[in-house]
Amino acid sequence: MSILIDERTRAIIQGFTGDKGTFHGKEMLAYGTQLVGGVTPGKGGKRHLDRPVFNTVKEAVKETGAEATIIFVPAAFCADSIMEAADAGVRLICAITDGIPAQDMMMVKRYLWRYPKERRSTVIGPNCAGIISPGKTMLGIMPGHIYQRGTVGLVTRSGTLGYEAASQMKALGVGVSTSIGIGGDPINGSSFVDMLKLFEEDPETQAVMMIGEIGGPQETEAALFAKANMKKPVIGYVAGLTAPKGRRMGHAGAIIRAFGESAAEKVEIMRGAGLTVVPSPADLGATARRVLDSLSKRVAVGT
Amino acid sequence: MDIHEYQAKELLAGFGVAIPRGGVAYSPEQAVYRASEIGGARWAVKAQIHSGARGKAGGIKLCSNEDEVRQAAKALLGKRLVTHQTGPEGRTVHRLYVEAAVPIEREIYLGFVLDRKSERTMIVASAQGGMEIEEISERSPEAIIRSVVEPAVGLTSFQAREIAFALGLEPAQVTRAVTTLLGCYRAFRDLDATMVEINPLVTTTDGQLLALDCKMTFDDNALFRRPNVSELRDYAEEDPRESQAAEYGINYVALDGEIGCIVNGAGLAMGTMDLIQHAGSSPANFLDVGGGASPEKVCNAFRLVLADPKVKAILVNIFAGINRCDWVAQGVVNAVRELQPAVPLVVRLAGTNVEEGRKILRESGLELVTADTLTEAAEKVVAGLKASGSTAGNGKP
Repeated sequence: MSILIDERTRAIIQGFTGDKGTFHGKEMLAYGTQLVGGVTPGKGGKRHLDRPVFNTVKEAVKETGAEATIIFVPAAFCADSIMEAADAGVRLICAITDGIPAQDMMMVKRYLWRYPKERRSTVIGPNCAGIISPGKTMLGIMPGHIYQRGTVGLVTRSGTLGYEAASQMKALGVGVSTSIGIGGDPINGSSFVDMLKLFEEDPETQAVMMIGEIGGPQETEAALFAKANMKKPVIGYVAGLTAPKGRRMGHAGAIIRAFGESAAEKVEIMRGAGLTVVPSPADLGATARRVLDSLSKRVAVGT
Repeated sequence: MDIHEYQAKELLAGFGVAIPRGGVAYSPEQAVYRASEIGGARWAVKAQIHSGARGKAGGIKLCSNEDEVRQAAKALLGKRLVTHQTGPEGRTVHRLYVEAAVPIEREIYLGFVLDRKSERTMIVASAQGGMEIEEISERSPEAIIRSVVEPAVGLTSFQAREIAFALGLEPAQVTRAVTTLLGCYRAFRDLDATMVEINPLVTTTDGQLLALDCKMTFDDNALFRRPNVSELRDYAEEDPRESQAAEYGINYVALDGEIGCIVNGAGLAMGTMDLIQHAGSSPANFLDVGGGASPEKVCNAFRLVLADPKVKAILVNIFAGINRCDWVAQGVVNAVRELQPAVPLVVRLAGTNVEEGRKILRESGLELVTADTLTEAAEKVVAGLKASGSTAGNGKP
């Protein structure tokens, strides 16, 4: 098992025939992703990468049975593409595009609530590296070869820090069940908590690594969630301990700011919640190795 | 993107927010002319810089006659103002705003901001406005009124009325406050703002409700559809290196340390800074070259880093996904040939096309220090820094 996607997941690309859709479409096909077609309005009926092109997501879903989509549509039109996919009933929507206006994402999240829970889409991203279940399938832009299949669930805000973690782990023989980039924007489709819930229920995942950043409440919420609801060990890292406080006009930001938004405060809350905190980004792999080793010892002595 | 007070006032006035009469001035003569245009007997001459707390820093002067206006304008124009929001380097005043002084009865705080927790627009308000608002919110958070706007509906009148009554306004003022609240919200939504603030919003002894100081910040990601906002950009208010970086399509923030960083991805860039600190040195900058970095872009990143005289060593750390190590390597080689940095340089490449990238570095004939892992990269760059001594310059900018 893995979460969100596996070798059976049928996926389409929105923004299929553009440069990015083409390049990463080829990469995903090479990795073994079941890419069943794509959408580029106005190019319906053509073929691209030996797959059918559709004008609308609804047509694509009807013809191919796609249940997942990856979006490369430019920022100005991306919110619309996400909503189109949600309306077509696509279960999983992964938006790679960066630079989407914050109010567009506010609207997207509100739009998703139109649908009852059982048919509501899960949105991953935007501004993210996507999702990979190593050895099975990839719905993203990551270099697939740096991931080894295994038992650590990886969820990160930053794409490149996620690569760093995966390659350090692989060098130490530690594999990943699924890796998800939730994206670096202020408003994203899914949160750390959403992903922790899925990893906790996934039988293949033994431990979870969460890589956060300064700013926003998500890392703190996730640490508290893990403490209250998770049996699996959670490893945490927060980038930005040395980042300077941003220059910000006005007081409104400071007034709504809660404790737990600076990197140091996030680390403190993670420690308090019983997470294993990684001290330096060079220790991501070693920490995962240590946590897995202590788990197998626990199993060996039967506790 | 930030704008000036007078620009924010002009925008908000267009959405029905009442403001005192005023006008912008670039010289003492213009300031005097503005005062005579406005009329009345008292004026505030206000320095226009992208910062709050200007009053405390001496950037706002109350004047009672033309001569005082002229003197105030002379004193302020060209002056460097330092506030806690500008940092120690401060900001130079190039523009003034001359405004009719009003008889203040009460000062109220009103702010609109993008709240990351609720992922919606949040209104914060306080019956006690003025300069101590952050202290008030720390000391007595219950004194802050908060209200979240439902994005599909927008700010409702009843919500605005609730806020106005909670602020303790007289019924006659409540109607004006509702107009102000609804206007600010529409400005926030229609112009893609991330922050709108009126501090103070004042009631006057003659029964008006006026926005005395306004600030607005906008979503950079939405400027493509807001040409009327982007034309308000004032480059004089920005760090010239950061503006230069933006032109290159690079995200750069200057810091105080000694190791220049060239990294891809904001998270890895911050992680690299943390790692440098961990290894016993300090980062000179945050730099994210972004995705799809061409050799030229990498070369430009070197230009930015080398323009900082504090830089005593450089660490290039690339984990390519959407990027290509061969392009980055070519950029490094071009930069070293062209710019001839006189400081130690360590290059760490990983990910897409890494073998091609390493080959380009190897076959360049240049003496480059390379590293395969993060740990190795950090150790090598700190060692290089120590070996070169701390007095080395950084070569041609």
